[in-house]
Amino acid sequence: MALPQPKLDTLEARLASLDLPNEPGCLAPARADALSRLHAAGLPVRRDEYWKYTKPDTLTAAEVTPAALLGEVEEPIFDGIDRVRLVFVDGVFDADASDDPALAGVTIERLSDVATRDIHWARDLYGVLEARGQSPVARPLAALNTAFARDGIVIHATGKAVRPVSLEYLHRSETSDALLHHLIKVDGGADLTVLEDGPAAARFTKVMEVDVAPGGAFHHVRAQGRDHERRAATHIFARLGEAATFKTFTLTMNGVLTRNDVVVELTGDDGVAHVAGACVGDGDFHHDDTVFVTHDAVGCESRQVFKKVLRNGAVGVFQGKILVKQGAQKTDGYQISQSLLLDDDSQFLAKPELEIYADDVACSHGSTSGAIDEEGLFYLRSRGVPEGEATDLMTLAFLAEAIQEIEDQRLADGILARLQGWMARRRQAA
Amino acid sequence: MLEIKNLHVKLEEEDKAILNGVNLTVEAGAVHAIMGPNGSGKSTLSYVLSGRDGYAVTDGSATLEGEDILDMEPEERAAAGLFLAFQYPVEIPGVGNMTFLRTALNAQRKARGEDEISAGDFLKLVREKAKALKIDADMLKRPVNVGFSGGEKKRNEILQMAMLEPKMCILDETDSGLDVDAMKLVADGVNALRDEGRAFLVITHYQRLLDHIKPDVVHILSEGRIIKSGGPDLALEVENNGYEGLKAEVA
Ligand SMILES: Nc1ncnc2c1ncn2[C@@H]1O[C@H](COP(=O)(O)OP(=O)(O)O)[C@@H](O)[C@H]1O
Ligand SMILES: [Mg+2]
Repeated sequence: MALPQPKLDTLEARLASLDLPNEPGCLAPARADALSRLHAAGLPVRRDEYWKYTKPDTLTAAEVTPAALLGEVEEPIFDGIDRVRLVFVDGVFDADASDDPALAGVTIERLSDVATRDIHWARDLYGVLEARGQSPVARPLAALNTAFARDGIVIHATGKAVRPVSLEYLHRSETSDALLHHLIKVDGGADLTVLEDGPAAARFTKVMEVDVAPGGAFHHVRAQGRDHERRAATHIFARLGEAATFKTFTLTMNGVLTRNDVVVELTGDDGVAHVAGACVGDGDFHHDDTVFVTHDAVGCESRQVFKKVLRNGAVGVFQGKILVKQGAQKTDGYQISQSLLLDDDSQFLAKPELEIYADDVACSHGSTSGAIDEEGLFYLRSRGVPEGEATDLMTLAFLAEAIQEIEDQRLADGILARLQGWMARRRQAA
Repeated sequence: MLEIKNLHVKLEEEDKAILNGVNLTVEAGAVHAIMGPNGSGKSTLSYVLSGRDGYAVTDGSATLEGEDILDMEPEERAAAGLFLAFQYPVEIPGVGNMTFLRTALNAQRKARGEDEISAGDFLKLVREKAKALKIDADMLKRPVNVGFSGGEKKRNEILQMAMLEPKMCILDETDSGLDVDAMKLVADGVNALRDEGRAFLVITHYQRLLDHIKPDVVHILSEGRIIKSGGPDLALEVENNGYEGLKAEVA
C-alpha cells in the first residue's frame, strides 16, 4: 500500500540525509530488509496510534535540532563500580578513551568490525528482534536504525560476567545525530549486566537487541544524560527463552524529548521480565515510555514499573501493554505507571493496555496521577524538615518502587545519588 | 514558655469560626491539660500553633519564649522548640522511619547552627529511646507509620519527641486508641522528659491519661473558648459530671 503523501515526504527527506553503509559485509541483507520495512511503514507522524501523545517531528526530521552541551563535567554515575568502560563520542566508538574490552566469559566487538567479518550469531540476530518487534505496532525509527547504524557494540556472554559492561555516551557536538545499534546475546547459564550512561548526541536513535537463551540472565541499568536540549528515540528488543531473566531500569532526567520503546517477548516457559523506569522532568521536558510485553509461554512473570515526577510544564507519557497469547497460561503480569505532578502545569498521559487470550492468568495494571501529599509534607515540616527537603524526601519515596527494581544495590545507590543531585541543584536554584 | 492571647481562628476556606478568643499561658516546667468535648477546637489549636495550612488567625497572638510563632513556617516553629504529637499521625510510604528521624534531627540541628549528629551517635540514641518505648528494630525500619497499629503510631510520636527534645510539647489525644499498658509506656515516656526547661500541653478527651501524667493546671475548652481553668481536680469533675454539667455551671 502506498504511503500517504506526508509520510512519504518525511521519509524521503530523512533518507536523503543518510548514507546507507556501503559495506560488502554480512549485515547487508539485514540492512536491505530493514530499509524495505521502513519504506512500507514510513516514519512516524502524530496521527499514528502510538504517537498521539508525542510529537515525532524532531526525531524524524532530516536536520538535527541543535542541542547545547551541558558544559559541566558530571561524575560518571557508575564510578566506583569496577566495569568495562566503552566510550562513544557523539555516537562514534572511541577506542582510546575505552577500556580494553577483555572480560572473562564475554566477547565484545564493535559492530563495524562484525560487518566485515562473518560472525554467524551476529549476522543471524542483527535486525531480527527489531523486525519481530514491528508487529503489531510499527517502530519505523528502529528499522531506520537497523538499516543505517554503522556503530555499536556486539556482546556475546557465554558465562557469568564478573564485571558489568558500561556504555558511556559523551555529547560533544551541538549538532550530532547519532545512530547506535547494539547486539547482545546471552547464552544459557550466562549472566551479563550492561550499563549505559550519558546523553550520547544532540539526537540519538538507538536500538539494542537482546537475545537471552534458556536459563540466561541479563540486567540493564541506564541513565540518560542530563543535557537539557538533547533528543532521543531508543528501542530495546528482547527475546527470552525458557527460565531466562531480563531486567531493565532507566533513569531519565532532563532532555527536551525522550521516547523509550521496550519490546519484550517471553517465548519460553518460566521466563521473568522486569521493565522499570524513573524520570524527573522540570520545564521543557517530554518523556515517553512505550512498553510492549508479550507472553507466549507458560508460567512467565512480567513487571512494568514506571514513575514520573513532573514540574513546570513537564510532560510524561506511558503507553504500556501486556499481551497474553493463547496458551500462555499461569502468566503473572503486573503493570504500574504513576506520576507525581508537582504543579498544575505538568501533565501525565497514560495508556495502559491488557490484551489476554488465555484463561488462567493473573494480570493487573494501574495508573495514577497525583500531587504531593500535603498531610505528609506538613508532618515532615512539623518535625523541622524544611519544605524543599521534605518535598524531595517525598519525591524520592514516590520513585522508590521503581528504583527497587534494580537488583544490584550499588547500581541503585548510583541512581539515587544522581537523583539527589538533581533535586539539590533545583533546591539551590529556587 | 507558651503564651496565647485572645486567639481567634477561622477556617481559611469558609466563614467558620473555630477558636473564639483563647487565652493560655504555660510556664516552663509546667504541665497543662486541655480537656473538651469533640469538636470544641482542641486539634485546631494544636494545628494553628504548629503552622498547618487551612486556618486563618483573625485576631490574637501566640508566642514561644516571647517570639511570635504565628508568622513562622512549620519547620521554623519546630526548630524554635515546638513539637506536636499528632492525634492522627501521618503515614508516609517510602520514607523509612530511621531516615525520617535522622533527617528531622539534623534539620533542627542545622537550623540552630549545630553540627549534624554522627551516624553512630544517632543509632545509639535511637536504640536507647526506642527501647524504652518498646519500639522494635522492625518498626524503625518500616516506612513512617505505614502499617503501624494505633498504639504503635502514638508510641512513634513519643519517640520523635524524645529524639528531638523540644521545649514545648503539645500532645493531641495521645491517649486515644491506647490500651492501659501502652498508655503507661507513653506516660512514662512523657514523664521521663519532664524538666524545668520544658513545658507540656496535654490535650485529652478523657481524664484517665491525667492519672499518669499529672497536670499542674487543667483547662476546659468549649466552643473555641476556655471556659474554666483549675487544678487537677477539675479533670475529675469533668469525669463525674460530664462537659454538659460544666457548661451549665459556667453559663
Ligand atoms: N480543616 C477543617 N475543615 C473543616 N472543618 C474543620 C477543619 N478543622 C476543624 N474543623 C471543624 O472545627 C471544629 C473543631 O474541630 P477540632 O479542632 O478537630 O476539634 P476537637 O479536636 O476538639 O475535636 C469542628 O467542628 C470541626 O469539624
Ligand atoms: Mg481533636
